Amino acid sequence: MSAAVVTGIGVAAPNGLGVADYWAATLAGKSGIDVITAYDVGSYPVRLAGEVKGFDPAERVPKRLRAQTDHMTHLALAATDEALADAGADPAELPEYTMSVITANSSGGTVFGQRELQKLWAQGPLYVGAYMSVAWFYAATTGQLSIRHGMRGPCGVIATEQAGGLDAVGHARRQIRAGTRLVVTGGTDASLSPAGLTAQISTRLLSRGDDPGTAYQPFSAGARGYVPGEGGAIMIVEEAAAARRRPYGRIAGYAATFDPPPGSGRPPTLRRAIESALADAMVTPDGVDVVFADAYGVPELDRAEADALREVFGPRGVPVTAPKTMTGRLYAGGAALDLATALLAIRDQVIPPTVNVAEPLPAYELDLVVGEPREAPLRHALVVARGYGGFNAAAVVSAL
Amino acid sequence: MSQLTLDELKTIMIQVDADVAKDLDGDILDTVLDHLGLDSLAVLEIATRIQQTHRLPIPDEAIAEMTTPRNILDYVNARLAA
Amino acid sequence: MSRRRAVITGMGVIAPGGGDTASFWDLLAAGRTATRRISLFDATGFRCQVAAECDFDPAARGLTPQEARRMDRAAQLGVVATRDALADSGLCRAGLDPGRVAVSIGNAVGNTTMMEQEYVVVSDGGRRWLTDWSYAVPHSYTFMVPSSIATEVAWTAGAEGPTSLVSTGCTSGLDAVGYALQLIEEGTADVVITGAAEAPVSPITVACFDALKATTPRNDDPATACRPFDRERNGIVLGEGAAVFVLEEAGHARRRGATPRAAVASYASRANAFHMTGLKDDGREMAEAIRVALGNAGLTPRDVDYVNAHGSGTKQNDRHETAAVKESFGERAYQVPMSSIKSMIGHSLGAIGAIEIAASVLAIENDVVPPTANLRNRDAECDLDYVPVEAREHRTDVVLSIGSGFGGFQTAVTVTTPDRVAA
Repeated sequence: MSAAVVTGIGVAAPNGLGVADYWAATLAGKSGIDVITAYDVGSYPVRLAGEVKGFDPAERVPKRLRAQTDHMTHLALAATDEALADAGADPAELPEYTMSVITANSSGGTVFGQRELQKLWAQGPLYVGAYMSVAWFYAATTGQLSIRHGMRGPCGVIATEQAGGLDAVGHARRQIRAGTRLVVTGGTDASLSPAGLTAQISTRLLSRGDDPGTAYQPFSAGARGYVPGEGGAIMIVEEAAAARRRPYGRIAGYAATFDPPPGSGRPPTLRRAIESALADAMVTPDGVDVVFADAYGVPELDRAEADALREVFGPRGVPVTAPKTMTGRLYAGGAALDLATALLAIRDQVIPPTVNVAEPLPAYELDLVVGEPREAPLRHALVVARGYGGFNAAAVVSAL
Repeated sequence: MSQLTLDELKTIMIQVDADVAKDLDGDILDTVLDHLGLDSLAVLEIATRIQQTHRLPIPDEAIAEMTTPRNILDYVNARLAA
Repeated sequence: MSRRRAVITGMGVIAPGGGDTASFWDLLAAGRTATRRISLFDATGFRCQVAAECDFDPAARGLTPQEARRMDRAAQLGVVATRDALADSGLCRAGLDPGRVAVSIGNAVGNTTMMEQEYVVVSDGGRRWLTDWSYAVPHSYTFMVPSSIATEVAWTAGAEGPTSLVSTGCTSGLDAVGYALQLIEEGTADVVITGAAEAPVSPITVACFDALKATTPRNDDPATACRPFDRERNGIVLGEGAAVFVLEEAGHARRRGATPRAAVASYASRANAFHMTGLKDDGREMAEAIRVALGNAGLTPRDVDYVNAHGSGTKQNDRHETAAVKESFGERAYQVPMSSIKSMIGHSLGAIGAIEIAASVLAIENDVVPPTANLRNRDAECDLDYVPVEAREHRTDVVLSIGSGFGGFQTAVTVTTPDRVAA
């Protein structure tokens, strides 16, 4: 069976725009979480987020596409340019039907959407623009990337909330196995418009902390919810034989499961997702060198993940980290960024730290990498993701 | 309601497609919008924005005729004068 | 190792003009249209004021008050169609490994109605940019993410395998079923609850299509508003609904003694990489998707008995699609019946692809090809056999269902009698 390898990465993250800046910030423990600046957030109980700073569409988004796309797609267009250049791939040189785009999305172009909803309700139906239809919907980013790069192979869009970044990559690997040579995959989201934040607050999973240093502390006594963010990562996945550059690593394993409804009495399924991904990668638990945790920051969800990790790896059986403590949770972009981060960790043989957590709760029995990066021989990394409503996904990336 | 001027129209065109700015220096009154890179979707967006700024409903048939800046100005200003 | 095949063992349809699968087929076979003036909201002031709506009462279809409250209409339609499909399949949870049951549901525009209603409240009717979070209902976020539709379907089915919402615009329904087929073929799942649900008849969606001039402005005559392939066609009519299938690995179905209704034999998707809403006249990429789908099933154009068309009723779509079928079928294009059920039940965006697969299954079961209603004026650029006005008795073993969507997606699915894949 052909191997799916990652040959290019592009990042738009709250603590760094572009792979170099993001990775340097992540190893330095530099957080991008701060008070929301896009609007006056004073009246909201949630005031902190990871916003992508210094992103100027005039520099990074093709002129023709600027007005007809939402911020989420702007970030993806820029990250895709970076990822393609990184892979040394020129879409113009590849057969059109052998290239695909498969992205994850959680809630569409919320800033664009809110602006047009406001026109409709404040002024009337004649005031809704023609670009709304192509900017707001979940498939906007995949469609625009396919058009911009002339990619005419099987394209797709997966919506599994915050698990989506891994599910998109899993589907990308499926396309490679079916004969596609190059897939642009991953995801970016930008769901922090006032209406978007308002809806997120209703889940009661968000942190109401005001101090960027303590608001998002997964696995710790200080866990009180998560900080939302925007951005994500785009990766170029190719059939190993077609790669032009030395790949970052291989998509060695992937699996997804779904939790039974609350009150069903049936056990959660995260452990099975992890075990299935390891089996798919033909890696035993003791072969895994690091886990990039989902790290919700909500006590009961942290406990569920810690239980699953302990059941699979044993107490303190594997180094665990959550660099998303520096970005917030990026919705469909989050797991994609975690996967990209795992590949960078394998490249440099160093585990990036979890910040703002002095130590995990002892009962979780986690070997959490806190404060400083930890050098370690890294061959197989596990990435875990969960989406609101019961979605679980796990992926294993491996050094070549 | 004030008339739609060419400068206003140019501003709207740039808002809709920033790439058009480079082509707006010369005499563009009779340049086909499609040749400026403004496709049918962009023309619809331009029509919506004129509806907004000039509070003027533009019917489908009129939009279909909007192929050059001059067509747009003539139509909109005739309607505004009426 | 022999290839794993997928059969449909259960099906549930909620479509305009009828509340269940039987009434859906009655409508199609009779060539009746279900388009009418919009009743779900006051469409005064909108350019297009017609749609194909479902007469759907959540309580009468068994949803509890809490279920009805936490679900948008799209999820409600999806859940009821799922229950119907499960009942039809005879699938019993006992003896079934929930981890081997997956979910793949298509939807293009999410929980639009409730998302918009929530917006209206928290923005105080569009007066506030800084929305008032204290007015948000507890399920506000559920309405913001389309994945909640897949969640409800998975809960309904007791599925604990891979669950996802596929959102590729107007091909979502076809792509969701195609993705389900891949899960079965690769061995990830034995049963996939698949299909699509959509309820887009809300002010913002209607306004969006108004802005694109994609919907018909023919408000004075709703019954004939949608006229695919007709010279006088001038746009789509929005629809709503859901179709859900129990798609099952053929051996799994056989071992539990289930009777397959049809098989999903193959799937292919291509992108036109041309324009978000525009289509080239030549139908090139759709033709490629058709060729690949037929090839994957070991079929040739000669084997296809019926083409279930996208046939949205816009000038460009019907021209594009006609060209695509000519390109991929050659002379056979002129012989194979091809029709658009959107003429009768409208275009339910992400759901329609699944509803069209349901129509394909019923065409196979009944050996009847549903018509293209309202097709009375021949158009020189649409010169194939579109089965105008009246359904036709016609031996149907193999159906090709095709779709096209915003973003450039072009998808083809083949549906056949069950024995074709069992062989």
